[in-house]
Amino acid sequence: MSPIISISNVSKTYASGLQALKRIDLEINKGEIFALLGPNGAGKSTLINIVCGIVTPSTGTVVADGHDIMKDYRQARFKIGLVPQELATDAFETVETSVRLSRGLFGRRTDPNQIEKVLRSLTLWERRGDKIMTLSGGMKRRVMIAKALAHEPTILFLDEPTAGVDVELRRDMWNLVRELRAQGVTIILTTHYIEEAEEMADRVGVIHKGELILVENKSALMHKLGKKQLTLQLQEPLKALPSELSEWKLELKGDGYVLEYTYDGKAERTGIPSLLRRMTDIGILFKDLNTHQSSLEDIFVSLVSERQ
Amino acid sequence: MSSEPNIRAFNRYGVWAIYRFEMARFLRTAGQSILTPVLTTSLYFVVFGSAIGGRMAEVDGVPYGAFIVPGMIMLTILGESISNGSFGIYFPKFTGTIYELLSAPISPVETVLGYVGAAATKSVILGLIILATSTFFVDLHILHPVAMVAFLVLTAATFSLLGFITGIWARSFEQLSFIPMLVVTPLTFLGGAFYSIDILPGIWRTLTLFNPIVYIISAFRWCFYGTSDVGIEVSMLMTATFFIAGLAAVSWIFKTGYRLKN
Repeated sequence: MSPIISISNVSKTYASGLQALKRIDLEINKGEIFALLGPNGAGKSTLINIVCGIVTPSTGTVVADGHDIMKDYRQARFKIGLVPQELATDAFETVETSVRLSRGLFGRRTDPNQIEKVLRSLTLWERRGDKIMTLSGGMKRRVMIAKALAHEPTILFLDEPTAGVDVELRRDMWNLVRELRAQGVTIILTTHYIEEAEEMADRVGVIHKGELILVENKSALMHKLGKKQLTLQLQEPLKALPSELSEWKLELKGDGYVLEYTYDGKAERTGIPSLLRRMTDIGILFKDLNTHQSSLEDIFVSLVSERQ
Repeated sequence: MSSEPNIRAFNRYGVWAIYRFEMARFLRTAGQSILTPVLTTSLYFVVFGSAIGGRMAEVDGVPYGAFIVPGMIMLTILGESISNGSFGIYFPKFTGTIYELLSAPISPVETVLGYVGAAATKSVILGLIILATSTFFVDLHILHPVAMVAFLVLTAATFSLLGFITGIWARSFEQLSFIPMLVVTPLTFLGGAFYSIDILPGIWRTLTLFNPIVYIISAFRWCFYGTSDVGIEVSMLMTATFFIAGLAAVSWIFKTGYRLKN
């Protein structure tokens, strides 16, 4: 696949001295859904804002659909739609007026049919004449998406599209993103939810402290990230791991009171039932248990420590 | 996907979209937008024209009531242009919707055309309404109507541009009203809106010549009555210079991203 966005050697140091991005190189393929994953303050929004023209990079170049975003900013920006993280709307305007403004700003002639199509796809058509301030938070976010799509962009940036969004809207959003992809739109979304990247993305990039520490196909990454742990609180402490349990990947902790089992959460057989049966057979009793999936924080720590 | 329009040269749809959006806001509140200046003008006529003006002699051969009309129009034009021009760009900054403008394929010149064009249009409409209102109170003869309209437009554009710059500079609503309230209104009152600067004693007259608004009001009054405190050419030149300085400031702002971009 050919890249639709090429980011080369892009860095950003703000006037305050904060280095938000350190020499990022990244290519986004045409037609893919790319998820940029990272904790707050990792540099996700800075990277998106640079590509969209809101933040000026300190170094480096970005080419969007064959157009340099600085030298040929008109043609580049014409291809791009942006839904920023913050809810910012023309509160006193109607939905339709606001969406029509967006289409014009991005260089397209007013086209009532196109506006209707976008509003319908986001179930905003019935509310088109309402002032935006009268809408719920979820509806406002839909308006922002409608604004970003009004000029029929080929590249869409969604900065934290589902932050603070209810389950229903999150589902709708995911469906919409899939529909757009089916129409040939390339989508770059940022998130700090692993599940979202898992649900949506073809490829995932992990960004941490301004560095892109990994770019991988989702399936490969999910395998890496899919480790889970089962923790068993024992009734009686063990001095050592019994040889009968050697076929499981176990660790003894907490003065022999805690048994920790690490397994692949994505695997068909986790090995948990057989482990518990074997423990009962040899008389090791437990009083409590819990399972834990590595959080994004844990993963970052392990990814970063791997690099060092 | 429909075919790509040619926006490489000029994003006319963008300019039109901003203009239309801004004008729609004005028209939505047309009642109060129009009522306020009409009421204010009428009050000025009652106070200055009838109550005080009746006791005053003619100024430069023009009855006092008629003499104050150009100054009064300018008082509104300057104030309205600055507040319209500043509000249009400040509000998106305040609400955060400025992201869209910054990420749109639109140049600084086009942005200014849209915002300043709309702000100036509103001011000119208000100016003409005040002019119409004043005909209910005094007899008006406009000696140079074409020059009058041209000057009205130039002044509205200049001060809308100044307002636009204020809107970008301002970080709060207090700062937004700072320039119109503390700079423009006093300078307009001291700029000969209600008197001829010739009646001032020597030193004050000289000081007044440093007030750019003197030139604007004077030139505008010339369009009506053919007389002015300072040369009409000087006035035109001053206003045009002001306009070009404003354009230079705006292009610097967009080039550096001053208070717009990080």
